[in-house]
Amino acid sequence: MTVTVEIARRGTGPQERRWVCPKCRSDHDPAAVKENLSVCPACGFHQRIGARERIAQLADEGTFVEYWGHLRTLDPLDFVDLEPYPERVREAQGASRLTEAIVAGTATIAATPCVLAVMDFGFMGGSMGSVVGEKLWRAAAAAADEGRPLVAVASSGGARMQEGALSLMQMAKTTCAVDVVNDARVPFVAVMADPCTGGVVASFVSLADICVAEPGALLYFSGPRVISQTTREQLPADFGSAERNLVLGHLDAIVPRAELKDKVANYLRLLKGGGQLDGLERRAASRPRGGRTRRLARAASTRVAAAFKNPGSESLGGSGPAPGSSEEPPA
Amino acid sequence: MNLSEEADRLQGLLKSHRHERRRHDTWLTVQIARNKDRPRTSEYIEFLIDGFEELKGDRLRADDRAVIGGLGWFDGRAVVVVGHQKGRTLDEQTRHSFGMAKPEGYRKAQRLFALAERHRLAVLTFVDTPGAYPGVAAEEGGQARAIAETMLTMARLSVPIVATLIGEGGSGGALALAVADRVLMQENAIYSVISPEGCAAILWRDAEFAPQAAEALRPTASHLLPLGIVDRVIEEPRGGAHLNPEGAARRVHDAIAEALRELEELTPRERRLLRRERFRKLGVWGGEGLLP
Ligand SMILES: [Zn+2]
Repeated sequence: MTVTVEIARRGTGPQERRWVCPKCRSDHDPAAVKENLSVCPACGFHQRIGARERIAQLADEGTFVEYWGHLRTLDPLDFVDLEPYPERVREAQGASRLTEAIVAGTATIAATPCVLAVMDFGFMGGSMGSVVGEKLWRAAAAAADEGRPLVAVASSGGARMQEGALSLMQMAKTTCAVDVVNDARVPFVAVMADPCTGGVVASFVSLADICVAEPGALLYFSGPRVISQTTREQLPADFGSAERNLVLGHLDAIVPRAELKDKVANYLRLLKGGGQLDGLERRAASRPRGGRTRRLARAASTRVAAAFKNPGSESLGGSGPAPGSSEEPPA
Repeated sequence: MNLSEEADRLQGLLKSHRHERRRHDTWLTVQIARNKDRPRTSEYIEFLIDGFEELKGDRLRADDRAVIGGLGWFDGRAVVVVGHQKGRTLDEQTRHSFGMAKPEGYRKAQRLFALAERHRLAVLTFVDTPGAYPGVAAEEGGQARAIAETMLTMARLSVPIVATLIGEGGSGGALALAVADRVLMQENAIYSVISPEGCAAILWRDAEFAPQAAEALRPTASHLLPLGIVDRVIEEPRGGAHLNPEGAARRVHDAIAEALRELEELTPRERRLLRRERFRKLGVWGGEGLLP
């Protein structure tokens, strides 16, 4: 669970007002890059973006209302390394104009209402301490209470060392928050943006109903440095990349930033579509009970018995109508 | 020199002396927690569980020896036991990956927890790991999700869960077995978000500062109790559990027995909701007064 901060590369001298792509080295007008969702117009490199910019990209204009921004970071351990923790927090607040490494509230995404929680890697490496965990809990609880889907955009180096085991506990706390959301059967979509590592991937993010990543995002629990130090293993060149994770089966999809908003909205609409089945089941339940279910069960067991007598005559898996299937049209 | 200056000077000396003392004590605890002669999960099983039947494998691909588990009797009730296993000799330690579990280990834990739920058995876990296994195959086999899902599985159980920290409680790899109704911690165990060495390498840019990092991280039971991270500190025999394993086990037994008795008074639903509430409360933040 390490937190590293990468200094954004900036042009110097006459190119000062140009944005230089760290991947393909082409340079562009910064405004044009921002207009392109901070994606390199030449090679498609996805630049890291802060929480405010992410919210502006995802939420319908003017719909985001921030909540829980009043929660304040404390220093329960009196943590001092080379610098006291409160000073590090103040510096991060000054540089990012955020109070913490997550911004959360309500919004609509392509007209679909949701609770939106967005992490900011620029604030102490997006690390998760007590306030991040508490905001995530409240976001999840609000989603569950109001029946609004939860959308989380994660970008984090992991748990925040400066709050010690309290940060570790946020992994369990946010996991319990997912349990609350699941109990309420509210959709939960997680987007992993570069980088997404340590305790954040090993808790709420990985437990989302749908888990997607941006192209090129790095995703892992233990980082290359820890792995090579502990096991002396040779790491594959694309270790931890979203692309490799997709092939390994750890992601539902990789979604380019330009498609993210519509994709997320679509996922939410599909998951909320389950309400239709509720309606059908309610109607089925209100019909006189017993006769039809018994008939279906008897038919199924006759088929099973027949299949045992004549192996190969009928496959067991998936045969026969399930209650509510199209054999009988819904009332 | 006037008297108040002298008093200030002495105050400063005292403060730095306390600081030194705390650093020394914390580092000593880290050493004891990691002592290779410290009783392991297998020994606590021997002392506390009658008729233990080990159940191996994750039912998917492997049996991770860094996590052991099975069925047995604790004070006359059948329980499921799951714990990290470190081993003692170099050979054992290698076989058990020094207690660093891979996804297979966490999935083994999950399926044993499911077994406990299905048959209404209380769950006892023992936590003793430097952390989850950091390897390419483990990562690519879904280490992050394995840990997350193990925590969620524990959160959803309705049977009683008592976790006991018996040595090293390293990061997410430890927490994965500790989303419990009661978290007990031996006096000389540690529980931390990152190893002191790892923390020092990042924040001090030099692993040599591990004692400083250990002190800053506050990983000892006496620090974690008031924060609500652990519910009870279990005393150890003088000098540490390794000097008197049987005496240590007796105290662990008594603490687990008491916790189980309390938890058995609750309904399944209450246990689940109270466990969730226990973890919801963890964290320290301010600013509540800023809004009505
Ligand atoms: Zn480029």
